[in-house]
Amino acid sequence: MTRLLRFLLVIALLAPLPALAMTIERVTSPGGIEAWLVRDRSIPVVALEYTFRGGAAIEASGREGTASLLAAMLVEGAGDFESQRFQGELEDRVVSLGFDAGLDTFNGSLKTLAENLDFAAGMLRLALTAPRFDTADLDRVKARTAIGLRRAAEEPSTIAGRLWMSTTFAGHPYGRPVRGTPETVMTLDAEALRAYLRQHLTRDRLIVGAAGDITPEALGRLVDHVFAGLPARGEQVNVPDAAPKNLGRTLAVRRPVPQSVVTLGHDGLKRDDPDYYAATIVNYILGGGGFNSRLTTEVREKRGLAYSVYSYLSAYDRAGLMMGGTATENARVAQSLEVIRREWQRMHDEGPSESELANAKTYLTGSFPLRLDASNRIARLMVTIQYDELGIDYLDRRSDLINGVTLADARRVARRLLNADRLLTVVVGEPVGLTGAEEVPPDAIAGDPGRPSRPTPPAGGG
Amino acid sequence: MTASLKGTTGRIVAALLAALVVGGAAQAQVFNPETITLSNGLQVVSITNARAPVVAHMVWYRIGAADEPAGKSGIAHFLEHLMFKGTKEIPPGEFSKIVANNGGRDNAFTGHDYTGYFQNIARDRLELVMKMEADRMSNLVLTDAEVNPEREVVREERRSVVENNPRSRLREQLNAALFLNHPYGRPIIGWDHEIRNLTTADALAWYRNYYAPNNAVLVVAGDITMADLKPLAEKYYGVIPPKPLPARLRPVEPPHQAARRVELKDGRVRQVTWNRVFLAPSYVAGEKEHADPLQVLAEVVGGGVSSRLHRGLVLDRQLATSAGAYYDPDSLDQTGFGVSAALRPETKIEEFEAAIEAELRRVVENGVGEDEVDRAKSRMRAAAVYARDSLQGGARTLGTAIVTGTSIDHVESWPRRMAAVTAAQVSAAARAILREERSATGLLLPKPGS
Repeated sequence: MTRLLRFLLVIALLAPLPALAMTIERVTSPGGIEAWLVRDRSIPVVALEYTFRGGAAIEASGREGTASLLAAMLVEGAGDFESQRFQGELEDRVVSLGFDAGLDTFNGSLKTLAENLDFAAGMLRLALTAPRFDTADLDRVKARTAIGLRRAAEEPSTIAGRLWMSTTFAGHPYGRPVRGTPETVMTLDAEALRAYLRQHLTRDRLIVGAAGDITPEALGRLVDHVFAGLPARGEQVNVPDAAPKNLGRTLAVRRPVPQSVVTLGHDGLKRDDPDYYAATIVNYILGGGGFNSRLTTEVREKRGLAYSVYSYLSAYDRAGLMMGGTATENARVAQSLEVIRREWQRMHDEGPSESELANAKTYLTGSFPLRLDASNRIARLMVTIQYDELGIDYLDRRSDLINGVTLADARRVARRLLNADRLLTVVVGEPVGLTGAEEVPPDAIAGDPGRPSRPTPPAGGG
Repeated sequence: MTASLKGTTGRIVAALLAALVVGGAAQAQVFNPETITLSNGLQVVSITNARAPVVAHMVWYRIGAADEPAGKSGIAHFLEHLMFKGTKEIPPGEFSKIVANNGGRDNAFTGHDYTGYFQNIARDRLELVMKMEADRMSNLVLTDAEVNPEREVVREERRSVVENNPRSRLREQLNAALFLNHPYGRPIIGWDHEIRNLTTADALAWYRNYYAPNNAVLVVAGDITMADLKPLAEKYYGVIPPKPLPARLRPVEPPHQAARRVELKDGRVRQVTWNRVFLAPSYVAGEKEHADPLQVLAEVVGGGVSSRLHRGLVLDRQLATSAGAYYDPDSLDQTGFGVSAALRPETKIEEFEAAIEAELRRVVENGVGEDEVDRAKSRMRAAAVYARDSLQGGARTLGTAIVTGTSIDHVESWPRRMAAVTAAQVSAAARAILREERSATGLLLPKPGS
C-alpha cells in the first residue's frame, strides 16, 4: 500500500470535500400553500415536484390499484381537452406532466421550459381539478394496466419482490399489491377514481418542492393556481404500524429461467429512528456501496457469483426494512446465499472497521451533490426533506449527522439492525441445493410489482 | 443503431442518451464546448456548467464490440470490466474504491463503436481521477486470478440482462437477423459460448492494440474551463506516447434482397410484441442524406400520442397497448430504423400486422404532411435545453458524436439542421428506407400450452 499511497498522495487527498452550496427558499403562497424552492437561472427550465401523503396503503381492500390507476388516468384528458388533445398539447410544448403512487404517497411531477410555465401550470390544474375519465380511455388504460401486470408477474424479480412483501406484511395493507391485480383493476370505475381524488388528494396532505428558473413570487402564484382548487381537508385513514412476519423462512418459486433471482430482508429502521444515519453507514459498508461494499467484494469480485449484489434500507411510514438481493445461475445460487448470509452475520458480530467507517462517511457526504444535477431531482429533494421533517437547514446539517456517527455507534447499530437468522429469503428460478426451502406454487402469487422500494436518492441515502 | 443503444452494457447497464437529446432552441448552440488536441493525439473537450462544484470526467476509446475478431465476441466489453483490475500502482479492485472514498461515483460502458469510462466527482478531486485514468491507459496489469472470476461476472451479467428476459433474447436474435455481414449483428456483451473462452491473453492483446491516447477522447463537463483543464490534461495524459493503431476494418452490408423474420416462443410471454427494423443510414454511413429527416420521421411515425402509430393502432383500432418508432444515427456504420408495438391480448397477429403495414405503406406512398412535420420538429426543439439540465448529458452526447465519426460542430448545429428539415425530405427518406426487403421482423410469442 505504501506504493499506492505515494501514487495518490501527489494530490492533496485529505482535504475535506466542499460543502453543497444550495439555498432553499421557503415560499408561502398568497393562498397559504407552502413550497420550498431552489432557484437556478442557468437553464430556462422549471421543475415542480409534489406529494400527497396517502398512496396505495389507504385503498379499500378489494380496490387495490386505485391510486396507481388514478395516476395513469390523470393524464388522460381534463376540462375540454379530450385525452389525445390533452397529451398532444403537452407534447407539442414538451411539457412532461406525470403522476405515480407508492405505498405511502401519491406523487406528481411537472417539468417545462420556463417560457411555457403558465400553460403547463394550467394543464396541471385541469388534470387535478377537472379530469375527464372518459369511458373509452379508462377501458383502454385498464386493459393496458392488466396486461402490464400479467407481464410483470412473469418477471423473476417482480415475483420475488411481490412474494416477499405479501409474506412479510400478510394481513396488512403493505402486503397488498401497489398496482393492484388484473382482477381488482378491472373492477375500478370512474367513481372509484373520483372518490380517491376527492378524499385523498387534498391540500392538508400536500408537500411541494420546486427548482429552476422561477422567482418566489411566481412560484407562489403558480401553486395557488394549481392547487387552490383542491379540497382543504381529506378523509382520515389510519394505516396501523406494520410488524414484519414470517421472517427466517426461505421460499422458492420454480420458474424456467437460467438464473435464480433472490430478494431477502428483514425488519429495519424507520426514517425518524435516531440510529438512521448509523444504519445508513452500516448498509453502505455491507451492500449499499456498490464496488466498495463487502457483499460486492465477496460475491462478485472474489467469486464471480453475480453481476449485481446489494443491500438497502427501505423506510416506509409504518415499517422499516433492511433488504438485499442478487441473481446467480441456478447451480451456484445456494453458494451466493451462503456468502451473503455469512457477510450479513459477520457485520452483525463485528461491525465495520475504523477505515470502513471513515470511507463510508467520505462517500456519503461527498457524493451527495452528484445526485442533484437536474432540476427535477433538486425539486424532489425539497419534497423529501419536508416529507421526512428534516428541517430547512438539513442540507447544512447533513454532513455533521453522518460524520457524527462513531465506531461504537456503528457497531451497536450493526448488531441491532442485522440478523441473518431473521432473513426472509425468496428465490425465483430453478435453484439447485437450497436446503430448507419451502416451495411456493407460482399461481399463489397475485401479480403485481409491489416490491420493496429501493430508496430514491437522496431520501434513503441519508 | 438499435443494438448500440439498447444493447449497451456497462458494469452497470447504462442507457445512452437517445438521439433526441441533442436538440435545442432553433438559433442557439447546444453545449458550447471547447476542444483542443494534445501533441500525442488525444482530443480534449471541456463543457462548462458551473451549477455545482462537481465534474464528470470521461475517457472514450474509439474501439468497440464491432471491432472484435471473429470468435472473440465480447472481448471489448470484457476488457471494460478488467480495466478496474489494477495497474502497477493501483492494486486489483482498488480503482472504484479510491473514487468512492473521495466521494465520487464511477462506471463504464461499451458500445459497438466505442468503450467509455467515467467518474463523477467533486471539482477539487478531478486531478486525482485524471491521474488514475491516465495510469490505466497504459499500465494495466492482468492476471488469471483476477480475470477468471470476472469472466463469470460477465456471464452472470449476460444471464441477468439477456437470458432471463424474453424481450432481450428476441432483440438479440432480431439484430442478428438484420445484419447479413456487419458485426453490428453480434451482441455487444458477446455470445456466451465465446465469452467463456476469452482469455487473459485475449484481453491484453485487445488492450495493447487499441488503448492509446491517439485512439481516445477526453471529455470533462461541469465546473471546469479549458484554461483549467488543458494543463492537467497535458500533465497526466500528454506524457503517454501514441501507438501505431491497427486499421479498423468494418465489413459492409451487401444490398438486402429478402425480408427476414424471427419468432421467439417462450412460456413466460404474456404479451405479444412486434418489432420491425429497417437497415438505415447513420450520420456517416449509407444514404446519410436521410439521417436528419429520419429523426423527424421517427417522431412523426412513432413519437408519443400524436404519432401515427399511436393514433392508428392504440387509439383508433385498439390493437396495441403501445406503439412507437426509434432511430439513432450516431454510429460508424449503417444502423437500424425500428418500429415496435405491444399487442392487446385479444388482437389477432395477422390483423395487427396488416394494420401496421398499412400505416407504414401510407407513409411511403403518400408521404408526410407539413403540419405533422412542424409539430414533430417543435417537440424535438426543447430536447437540447433539457439535455443541459444534467451533469453528464453533454459529455455523453459530445463523446458519442466524436467517436462515431461526426464532430462537436455537428452536435452544435443539430437545432439548425432539424429546423431546416422539410416534409419532402422526410417523405423521401421514408420511401428510401421503409422497404420490406431491407427489414427484419421479430415476434415475441407465448409458447402454446403454457
